[in-house]
Amino acid sequence: MSDSCRSGQSSCCCSGNSCSVDSSCCCAQTEPWVTGSVDTPAGSVPIISTTLTRTDMFGAWKVRWGIGRMNYTIDSGLYAVGEPKADSPVLVSANYKLTFDTLRKELSGLDCWLLILDTKGVNVWCAAGKGTFGTDELVRQIEKTGLGAIVSHKRLILPQLGASGIDGTQVSRRTGFAVAFGPVRAGDIKQYLSSGNNASEEMRTVNFTAWDRLKLTPIEIVTAARQAVPAFAALFLLNLFAARPFELNTFIIYLGSALMGTFATPLLLPYIPVKMFAFKGGILGLLWGFAASAFFGFYSRAALLALFGYILISMSISAWYAMNFTGSSTYTSPSGVMKEMKIALPFISGAAAVGGVLLVLFHIFGL
Amino acid sequence: MVHQYLEDVVTLEMDAKKCVGCGRCIDVCPHRVLTVMDGKANIVNKNRCIECGACALNCPVGALSVDAGVGCASAIVKSWFTGGEPSCDCGGGDCC
Repeated sequence: MSDSCRSGQSSCCCSGNSCSVDSSCCCAQTEPWVTGSVDTPAGSVPIISTTLTRTDMFGAWKVRWGIGRMNYTIDSGLYAVGEPKADSPVLVSANYKLTFDTLRKELSGLDCWLLILDTKGVNVWCAAGKGTFGTDELVRQIEKTGLGAIVSHKRLILPQLGASGIDGTQVSRRTGFAVAFGPVRAGDIKQYLSSGNNASEEMRTVNFTAWDRLKLTPIEIVTAARQAVPAFAALFLLNLFAARPFELNTFIIYLGSALMGTFATPLLLPYIPVKMFAFKGGILGLLWGFAASAFFGFYSRAALLALFGYILISMSISAWYAMNFTGSSTYTSPSGVMKEMKIALPFISGAAAVGGVLLVLFHIFGL
Repeated sequence: MVHQYLEDVVTLEMDAKKCVGCGRCIDVCPHRVLTVMDGKANIVNKNRCIECGACALNCPVGALSVDAGVGCASAIVKSWFTGGEPSCDCGGGDCC
């Protein structure tokens, strides 16, 4: 392994906390997934492994649950896969470690270059939307890494979903490198390369399978759990004045309705026969509210306020979290989401307000 | 199972006079909204458009226009409080 810094890498750009541990500027060389280095006219380039270790998989699991999410980055710059030559293809990707791992495990047996843009640890599609996986950053990395001196051709292969941030025409005008947009999914890259850079319709289409949706639910649940803390703190305080204190059943109803919005709605998304996410969530929240109220015995004349209060609150909590899942979905337009919010927010806030008043009357005033 | 979102809301527009039929928009569209017919791009699946802006950005002659952005409710809510454009800035997992 080379001791010298990677060419063009003038400052330390280590990810996460590794800077404080390793004072040299060659952090990438010490990453466990770096297996060696290859000498090029523009300096030494680290070779990366295409096999994921248990640490990589545990890291992926952790960020899905929101643990250490903000530090899950790798250094931007140029990497080598296999034994790339001057005529080997150049793939471009983002410096989110989850993205990087998803990509490199699909590159086994290939010889290619990997140009990683600094997207601040955000995946390609999201970063393209923000502009960090963008034309300027790509041009900057091409110049910084000296790519023009390393490869003999003038072609870059970008993930298709980077296209909302990168103007291929601009890139070729500014650097001479022509941009080809490859497939949406890393798993199709080998087929794309072996078919002479042709992507089928299927390879160009974004899906949103049950498994895709399931992978996104942990972070929704964690977010909802964080937001629930102040709500429960408020209930705890209210209990000091309550005629009928809030009990475990309130907690369970709340938990259930949050899970309806953050877990059940995403999973059942295409099977709930309305289009707006909030109404999908509202329906499941309504069902949960009915079921839980039956279980806790609110179907009585004495508990009528609680019955309606809990049903309304369940609906609004579930609808709210379901509506937030528009951001994780792959098929909602901003114009559509804006329209949905204009229609759904009055219902959500209205149901929450009326439900809240009913529960205050029932619990605090004992009506 | 095909996902369907709200209809008749999308801002995607196409100026057929400018189009040179290069097909770049068809390559980059993640929902197969466009197709080339008789040497020109055509919007054939407008309701499936998510307004990501990839086609308009990569059109070499500016034939496509769309009010691009992120289809994310929490980003829109956040933009109401902070001012400015809604952006994918949730910091959570894959936010979009």
